Amino acid sequence: MPTPSKYWREIPQRYRLEAGRCTKCGYVAFPPRLVCPACGNREFAPTKLAETGALLTYTIVRVAPGAFEDEAPYAVGIAELDGGVKLTAQVVDCDFADLKVGMRVKLEFRKMSEDGPAGVIYYGYKFVKE
Amino acid sequence: MRDVAIVGVGMTKWGELWEKSLRTIFVETALLALDDAGVDHIDSMIVGCMSSGLFTGQEHLGSLLSDYLGKNPVPAARVESACSSGGLALRQGFSEVASGMSDIVLVGGVEKMTDVTGCEATYALGTAADQEYEGYHGLTFPALYAMMAVAHMHKYGTTREQLAMVAVKNHDNGSKNPLAQFPFKISVNAVLNSVLVADPLRILDCSPITDGAAAVILCPAEMAGKFKKPAVRIAGSGQATDTIALSSRKDLCWIESTRVAAQKALAMAGRTIDDMHLFEVHDCFTIAEIMITEALGLVPKGRGGKAVEEGLTAIGGKYPVNPSGGLKAKGHPVGATGVAQAVEVVKQLRGEAGARQIKGAGRGLTQNMGGTGGSSVVHVLEAM
Amino acid sequence: MAGIIGYGAYIPRNRIKVEEIAKVWGADAPSYKKGLMLEEKSVPSPDQDTITMSVEASKNALKRAGIDPKEIGAVYVGSESHPYAVKPSGTVLAEALGATPECHTADLEFACKAGSEGMFIALNLVRAGAVKYGLAVGADTSQGAPGDALEYSAAAGAAAFLFGRDDLVADCLETYAFMTDTPDFWRREYQYYPRHGGRFTGEPAYFKHVLGAAEGIMAKAKMKPADFAYVIFHQPNGKFPFRAGEMLGFTKAQIEPGWLVNRLGNTYSGSSPLGLTAVLDVAKAGDLVLMVSYGSGAGSDAFIWRVTPRIDSVRALAPRTRDLLDKNKTYLEYGAYAKYRRKIRKAE
Repeated sequence: MPTPSKYWREIPQRYRLEAGRCTKCGYVAFPPRLVCPACGNREFAPTKLAETGALLTYTIVRVAPGAFEDEAPYAVGIAELDGGVKLTAQVVDCDFADLKVGMRVKLEFRKMSEDGPAGVIYYGYKFVKE
Repeated sequence: MRDVAIVGVGMTKWGELWEKSLRTIFVETALLALDDAGVDHIDSMIVGCMSSGLFTGQEHLGSLLSDYLGKNPVPAARVESACSSGGLALRQGFSEVASGMSDIVLVGGVEKMTDVTGCEATYALGTAADQEYEGYHGLTFPALYAMMAVAHMHKYGTTREQLAMVAVKNHDNGSKNPLAQFPFKISVNAVLNSVLVADPLRILDCSPITDGAAAVILCPAEMAGKFKKPAVRIAGSGQATDTIALSSRKDLCWIESTRVAAQKALAMAGRTIDDMHLFEVHDCFTIAEIMITEALGLVPKGRGGKAVEEGLTAIGGKYPVNPSGGLKAKGHPVGATGVAQAVEVVKQLRGEAGARQIKGAGRGLTQNMGGTGGSSVVHVLEAM
Repeated sequence: MAGIIGYGAYIPRNRIKVEEIAKVWGADAPSYKKGLMLEEKSVPSPDQDTITMSVEASKNALKRAGIDPKEIGAVYVGSESHPYAVKPSGTVLAEALGATPECHTADLEFACKAGSEGMFIALNLVRAGAVKYGLAVGADTSQGAPGDALEYSAAAGAAAFLFGRDDLVADCLETYAFMTDTPDFWRREYQYYPRHGGRFTGEPAYFKHVLGAAEGIMAKAKMKPADFAYVIFHQPNGKFPFRAGEMLGFTKAQIEPGWLVNRLGNTYSGSSPLGLTAVLDVAKAGDLVLMVSYGSGAGSDAFIWRVTPRIDSVRALAPRTRDLLDKNKTYLEYGAYAKYRRKIRKAE
């Protein structure tokens, strides 16, 4: 059983999409980082991701890892959020037939998984159709 | 830097080796390589292995394997870069010999994957991705590559059939490889009707879970003449990294780390891609081979699907890719793959590849990749 | 002066029809539909729970309120299906909204009136000047025991209300609570499903307390049924709210706009709160609204609201409750429903 620290540490990102904007070149890092991968600068200003965007790609996971077994098949996708940051998440409340590159999505707060029936419940963001 | 040669190779049959433990698989394979070279003494050992810890609960492989190979107190290290751990081990061994630090170096790769359930293996393989921002969301490796496939198909019109043809070609080749896990042919229809894993990828688009090892013996080129078999020179080595998460890449359907690593290896070797007679590449999924042929510069961007359809990458084609059967037919014991690619090229350059032999092969390129392209290792090998 | 400055609803998009449940248990669907006035109910997806729905409903309330979440001083989540037995839903909600760390929170339970309890407390904290803004959510993903009458109605949904003193959408004129110890419906610790007293849940339970609270608040406020444009009663089934209304002297027209249960089911702690959000979606400035919740065990909270002109400018800022109820639905068969609701026993 992992200690809750690993999950808890990412709460600002998982719950509130908190990111960092490079003060020199404007690159938005999600999650926040210490070094800008675009220009090497080490200073960032706090910012948040947009909650809407469009799918760049997607797939349907039919063979799932243990914690997600009961949810298979489920869709996942990478969306480019309004503002330019690309984000990976499940796509839910959407008929598989409706999935397409370019589909508009928005983020919703959902349960991701749990550490068993007696463990911590993990929350985060998923895409739904806008 | 000194020139470095490969003077011995070893590989046993790959598959679900229920009766063999990780240490047994490695030692048997290493002994084959030592015997192939006709050496007993080594100065150092490098082992590539992705995750003996998650698959078998065993770390500290350097000590374990030098012990069981009877080589204590030789210095030994395990290196890891997910699925390119084997290629990385070759690169580390190469740099030890090239720098003059060691003379005879045993480079091995091993993975024992069947001591855990398929579900646990999927999890272990998933640790090559971004745990907090991909794995946390239920992404698997087939899912990540499936998303690359969807993007590639959308942008370039690559077809589902073209993906299947990669698997068919590799099985054609693998059917001629007695050490392969699946030494039999398959048809395009079989691929298209096999069970879906992550749309559009089906089980026959995916490399399998495999136990196995591969090993090579390195020495300074100037010593190579002393050994039994024709030696092969490592003419170039290149490695490159890229973002860990697929979503951070500039282009979702391009593998930049392979382009950079190949460029570096070819530059070191003083060669161009067209000088190579064969390519052993990382077809962890059919779409990967298509994208790799583009990143290597064998075909223009987006044309990888057409290339396999036109037979360009078959054994008799202009650019034979994966004559060994690739990861798909040969198997993919993760840490072993990169070393096995070198074993195949050496056999081809020695003329020992039997029914898979590419006539007149004198130069070959190996491309080993980690995750969704977060790391790539490329080597250029030439007959001496 | 204190009242609602923002309101929000969230309803999952899955539904299951009464006929589908009746089919599995060999029950007579038409008699359930007619007797309980139910057609279908909402079903949460496996990745939805009281906390996730509370977050989305609260975000909708924030959109209408237009305030900085950092200024929310109190967050209350009322439910009988909190995901944890020990560890509040309210901390996750407050964290997700960005209200932490200067925020009071508590999880509330009082069967179906836990949501209105939170409203009672948050509103009065604001009125007392103890906090600038208070948030109360009623949310549930309650279970009905398989084959039991409650399985036809136990549904999922959430309603959230932000309270403040300025820029009100609805001013709270009066609050009232009516409560006795009446064991009509309960769930013991470690039991998976609740139990109930059958017909005992009617007159001595629901009707005694709903009527007691309604009559009590109208007496306190010196008002009568005809003064109200709308009335919302707790909706355990389709029939009870109309019968209570009839007994008190309200008309069907006053009840219908806030009556969601026939297509939503009973969202327990979300029931009358969701009804209130549906009414606010259509009410006009000056309308008086009476809301009476009911929670088994037993008690009712009553509120009298006066809608302000500001409602017209905020209503469209978040989804309307009846749009969430009637649009974009997807129907489940009993097998998928049982899997989603974890009613199928799996290997350890």
